[in-house]
Amino acid sequence: MAKVTYNTHDSKTHTIDIQNGLSVMEGAVQNDIPGIDADCGGGMACATCHVYVNEEWLDKLPTKEDGEEDMLDMAFEPKQNSRLSCQLIISDELDGLVVNIPSKQA
Amino acid sequence: MNKTDVLIIGAGPTGLFCAHQLGIIGLSCEIVDNLDKAGGQCIELYPDKPIYDIPAIPECTGEELTNNLLKQIKPFNAKFHLNERVEELKKVENRWHVKTSGKQEFDVASIVIAGGVGSFEPRKFPLKECEKFEGKSLFYSIKDKSIFKDKIISIFGGGDSALDWAIELSNTSKVNLIHRRDGFSGAESSVQKVKELNDQGKLNLYTKYQIGSLTGNEKIDSVSIKHDDGEVKEFKTDYVLGFFGLIMQLGPILDWGLNINKKTVEVNTENFETNIDGIFAIGDICSYPGKLKLILSGFHEGALAARGCFKYAKPDEKLRFEFTTTSKAAQERLGIKK
Repeated sequence: MAKVTYNTHDSKTHTIDIQNGLSVMEGAVQNDIPGIDADCGGGMACATCHVYVNEEWLDKLPTKEDGEEDMLDMAFEPKQNSRLSCQLIISDELDGLVVNIPSKQA
Repeated sequence: MNKTDVLIIGAGPTGLFCAHQLGIIGLSCEIVDNLDKAGGQCIELYPDKPIYDIPAIPECTGEELTNNLLKQIKPFNAKFHLNERVEELKKVENRWHVKTSGKQEFDVASIVIAGGVGSFEPRKFPLKECEKFEGKSLFYSIKDKSIFKDKIISIFGGGDSALDWAIELSNTSKVNLIHRRDGFSGAESSVQKVKELNDQGKLNLYTKYQIGSLTGNEKIDSVSIKHDDGEVKEFKTDYVLGFFGLIMQLGPILDWGLNINKKTVEVNTENFETNIDGIFAIGDICSYPGKLKLILSGFHEGALAARGCFKYAKPDEKLRFEFTTTSKAAQERLGIKK
């Protein structure tokens, strides 16, 4: 279990307990947090679950697989701290993670 | 006006198999898709990637699956209308009239929406000012490359479309290729070619830059780009091209009065009919308790929706359940000669 905080673009903060094994994307979708579309359902094929990860968490996350960076090319305003939230799988180590949802997904 | 029993919206695997199920029970159909080819997400998102969970097919690619489905529905001669997006829906007595973006008109007894996550549209630049230039000096696809001759073109993106067009247009235009990182998702041979052209001064490659702003009145005069470290460059350009792949949008279907929940259409699980009589939804676009977004679920949903269409197409007939193994009628429809 990990507590994940989603900051949405309208400056609202949602902190949610998410079970291990789910992705940060699924945590958002199941809890109706706006701004994560996840059109492809977690297949790393659409870049509509794009989030900005708070800087202090960047090094603690699993490294990007081939393909995630390629998909981020397609994301709306990608930055250095961009990740696809479908690729961030919850574990105890991610307790306290903070992600920021972009203004748009496309 | 195209008159047929059923209009299928979406030529992905679910829509294609539904055409098969309609054909087997003797109903005619036509298929509309916004892409230029059949296959939907299978072809657009992962043509070369393997799929391992199609029943009785241990492994196949999206492209192979599509080709096999097309082969399977060939006997029914379903007419395809590609590069067309459905727009308007109107009830006329007990039939539906549908109009598409290309002004095709359909008169059908029922409609099966197999639209995936929506129709594929190009992804656009994040800048607001891009809209006023779009279609004039800013494009997301190229229809007539001759307009670029002897002009300055700024291309954004790092996939095959961006690389291929940068290489091609560098023969006749002055090309700037701008990409957000050093790595590219396009073919390695194209990446090498672009780097060579850059070394030879035949195009200008800017990596770790993204679009900053556009200036111009009627047409674009210049573009500014911003480096990861904050540095800004500005240069003159006649055209801006963006190649960021495609995104799926539900589009006009949203306005049809269907019960929509989180970008999906609510259906019953008896025949996958929506809240509107005669309109069915199957595949990724439909939702019901327990829904799985798998191709195999889409096949099941298509089989039941096809049978649900029967009473609208042939209100005076009763549909008998038959197996293709033994049904003479089904085998005749499949064109099997004995």
